[in-house]
Amino acid sequence: MKLPALNNAAVRPAEINRRDFFKSGAAVASVTLAPGVTLMAFGGEANANADAGKRWGMLIDVNKCSTDCKACVTACSDENGWKLDGNPDTDAQWIRKVDLTHKQTGREASLPMMCQHCEEPPCVDVCPTGASFKRADGIVLVDKHTCIGCRYCMMACPFKARSFVHEDVEDQKAHAPRGKGTVESCTLCVHRVDKGGTPACVEACSATGHGAMMFGDLNDPTSDIAAALNNYASIGLRDDLRLNPGVRYTNL
Amino acid sequence: MKRLIASLLIICGLAVSGATAGSLYPEIPKAVGAAHPEGNAYMRINHMRLLRHDRDETMRLGNRDTQYSLKECVACHAVMGPDALPISVKEDEHFCKSCHEYAAVKIDCFQCHNSKPDEGFTALLMQTPVASESEIATYLDEVLQ
Repeated sequence: MKLPALNNAAVRPAEINRRDFFKSGAAVASVTLAPGVTLMAFGGEANANADAGKRWGMLIDVNKCSTDCKACVTACSDENGWKLDGNPDTDAQWIRKVDLTHKQTGREASLPMMCQHCEEPPCVDVCPTGASFKRADGIVLVDKHTCIGCRYCMMACPFKARSFVHEDVEDQKAHAPRGKGTVESCTLCVHRVDKGGTPACVEACSATGHGAMMFGDLNDPTSDIAAALNNYASIGLRDDLRLNPGVRYTNL
Repeated sequence: MKRLIASLLIICGLAVSGATAGSLYPEIPKAVGAAHPEGNAYMRINHMRLLRHDRDETMRLGNRDTQYSLKECVACHAVMGPDALPISVKEDEHFCKSCHEYAAVKIDCFQCHNSKPDEGFTALLMQTPVASESEIATYLDEVLQ
């Protein structure tokens, strides 16, 4: 039996045909690089939210982060529906608190640690299926539809920011699907960001009054985060690896 | 000739009684929201393609304004259990399962996705007085936004 075509105009009157799609300027932007070579960008603002002009990132002020506060971790767990099962070997690593003590000076610092949303993500380089990918706006995600659970990305990540789901999961959040046999990590609350919101951890941090986390578009010179990065010295973790993380730390 | 008509009638009678009582055809639960404009026959054949196309659109491009989303399927096709709460795909009466079981096609969606609508939609379905069709339609639109 022959299946009806997906773009059958008779059944889907609302669907635009291929010719109309190419005619519409909103959906296609083309740049002629050289005679005969044309670069075409599909999507753009017309139908997609991941904007290539943006680079979502975070700035964490370690001085403002308190050792005994776990609001960001709790908020992430509530938002994305993951739970710690008490086994450090297999626990989810969406976000965790790391406490540091300087050996010489004794200075104590505490910071939240999550996927650093690198510009050059090693997890994407090693993924054999293309499941680990970076969105146009800099958010690094796992496409669980294509993830085979090989865990190469977990080994490649210098921040141990990814974890494997070992057990069956039930009653997931509708916006954060997760299941056994796939790797997961911080999504920078992509479902919120796509709607113009901020990640749950950042929201929770400012709700506690600490205000240690700042979220925004690193590429937008008028954004608060760009201004802060311009004014204060900050570092990306493991800058020696030249991954250019989207999450940066100040006063570390 | 008379014998032929009689035997035809008996066959028809058997067919009718079979369809009502011990039918092998699955009982497909009715959806809460409005019907698909494409028609049921189209959706039965193409739903997986529509979902696969739009899931990549959402996942890779961040386009959350797609026409088809599993979230909306699960909400609109929610089936209530004896406790008046939506049932999961583990139950035979679940919308997706009722047909997939019949067709012997494994559903992988719910290894990661929730097979029950989110709390907001459940609350809407359970509210008294019963939610109107327009309220449900508004919610389903918002699910996608």
